Amino acid sequence: MLGLIKTLKTLGDRTPLGLKQLKHDRLRLLTAIAGITFADILIFMQLGFADALYKSNTQYPRALQADLVIISTQAKNFGQLRTFTRRRLWQAQDVPGVVSAEPLYLGSVQWRNPQNRQQTSMLLIGQNPSQPAFDLPDVNAKLDTIRLPDHVLFDQASRGSYDEMIEQVNRGERVTTEIGLRTVEVAGLFEVGASFSDDGALITSDQNFLRLFPKREAGAVSLGLINLEPEADLEQVRAELAARLPDDVQVLTQAGYVDFELNDIQSASPIGFVFGLGSAMGFIVGVVIVYQVLSTDVNSHLGEYATFRAMGYRNSYLLGIVVEEAIILSVLGFVPGLVIALGAYQLTAAATALPLAMPTSRAITVLTLTFVMCGASGAIATRRLQAADPADIF
Amino acid sequence: MSTNHSIVVHQLNHSFGAGNLQKQVLFDINLAISAGEIVIMTGPSGSGKTTLLTLIGGLRSAQTGSLKVVGHEITGASENDLVKARRNNGYIFQAHNLHGSLTAIENVQMGLEVHGNLAKPERHRQAAAMLEKVGLGDRIHYYPADLSGGQKQRVAIARALVSRPKIVLADEPTAALDKKSGRDVVDIMHDLAKQQGCTILLVTHDNRILDIADRIVYMEDGRLSKQPELAESAQ
Ligand SMILES: Nc1ncnc2c1ncn2[C@@H]1O[C@H](COP(=O)(O)OP(=O)(O)OP(=O)(O)O)[C@@H](O)[C@H]1O
Ligand SMILES: [Mg+2]
Repeated sequence: MLGLIKTLKTLGDRTPLGLKQLKHDRLRLLTAIAGITFADILIFMQLGFADALYKSNTQYPRALQADLVIISTQAKNFGQLRTFTRRRLWQAQDVPGVVSAEPLYLGSVQWRNPQNRQQTSMLLIGQNPSQPAFDLPDVNAKLDTIRLPDHVLFDQASRGSYDEMIEQVNRGERVTTEIGLRTVEVAGLFEVGASFSDDGALITSDQNFLRLFPKREAGAVSLGLINLEPEADLEQVRAELAARLPDDVQVLTQAGYVDFELNDIQSASPIGFVFGLGSAMGFIVGVVIVYQVLSTDVNSHLGEYATFRAMGYRNSYLLGIVVEEAIILSVLGFVPGLVIALGAYQLTAAATALPLAMPTSRAITVLTLTFVMCGASGAIATRRLQAADPADIF
Repeated sequence: MSTNHSIVVHQLNHSFGAGNLQKQVLFDINLAISAGEIVIMTGPSGSGKTTLLTLIGGLRSAQTGSLKVVGHEITGASENDLVKARRNNGYIFQAHNLHGSLTAIENVQMGLEVHGNLAKPERHRQAAAMLEKVGLGDRIHYYPADLSGGQKQRVAIARALVSRPKIVLADEPTAALDKKSGRDVVDIMHDLAKQQGCTILLVTHDNRILDIADRIVYMEDGRLSKQPELAESAQ
């Protein structure tokens, strides 16, 4: 501790040579800052896109309104959940702390776009109309409507051209189309967003779902929504359920289920790889530019450095100059990078409807990467310091 | 060797290169310089003057023979010991070798910072006083680029002398200067050295400044001799 205070004091007491060298050559300083800023923006955009894609593909799991979620052990993802027997939900209701265990039915249907009569694949969700299954106010306000036979709610952020239909629904006109052989009525709108697997989604009651899927039995459930007493301990009840229920099902917390979905996307899609590669490119661009700047800086000061060594300065002192420059450049490059990335996030979010946001953790990650980037460049640049030989200066 | 010798060179040889390419440039050098003495070394180009200076300064490690600088043997010394030995000396080069990103006073402070024993305000005070002494009191915040050659060399002298070194090693400090500034620089060096009681070993081709020397030594083909006529002209 005392040593640290002493070190800090010595640091504060030394001539800030790195800073002075950078300040002396404004053009070089600007080049370096621009390079780092550019690299940081690139990394921010890549990470932002990857995250937005992950998020946009887990919208429904995120919107689930439940404390615990039961899915089949063989479930792959929200689009391919498989089914399990409804008896598991009845069994779950016997576990202390559980208030309700409701089934959710999911399936892909071919529906005809009422506007252009084209067939598209839609995710159909059947829920108990007596109890909200999603944290979606537009849906929950219309739960009574979907009790009516063949009435469905439509995700207006679905992929495809639906603008006219949406207007018709908004005007309160009757809009009908076909799913399979049945005619359904679009009774309301909500907004979540498309995913990789489905172009869009429809929400209806469990009864309507079974009508549209004649082959599905009411006893074959896709997902179970468990709600607990307010004072119940989430993890304790989860463990209890997992222990009591046969292992054809798994019990997850709602957050745990979102992670389950994210894991699947991360392993099954190239998102992580593509955007990871993009970030790596940004990082490398940054390293190259900062290395260029720092090594030019070292080179152009070799005479001065050799003089310092002749005066009795150690090599570590010269290393300190390069490290100081690296740290200053990191900070000066990161700040505008962050600001510009925030602006670019907003622009992109407005243009693509992708949920782009800047969590603090990402800013910290990129700041750390920037330090590593400048540190690495600085470390390579310091090899040139060996050339500062005090014997050569006379 | 008595203790009031600040530099004692004994049977020093030095070669560059190795194997077939090995070339000896210093042969059996013997030289003793008393504390406070000003010694000028002259001699033809390529005779080995700079080489001897870098060896004495610990800028290059000595190979054979003995080299005692202010009591410390530096033949075969470790890199760490050499670094410490360098701090006892002030250097003045043909080129001023000031740091272009530092002002005059910051450059001079670098001569104090290396010792790590003075706080910043004190370093600043001493550096300003030193610049005053070399006649640059009104230019302490100038960058080297805004100073003339002679002024730069005076800053370099201030940097070399500010920490009151026991020894000053100078290699052709006037070579890049006109007659007037050269003379000024040498006079400042001479006066300050006498005030501080430090030893000067100065290499020069400039006959006009020989008069400041207490003694002149002559280097030819890597051997040191006393050249009578030059020595006389200095008296
Ligand atoms: N690093 C080196 N490697 C090999 N040979 C060297 C090196 N430095 C100097 N020499 C050689 O050593 C000899 C002495 O050089 P030195 O620089 O000591 O001469 P000098 O007396 O200072 O000359 P000048 O008056 O021109 O400065 C020269 O022949 C030179 O070529
Ligand atoms: Mg020379």
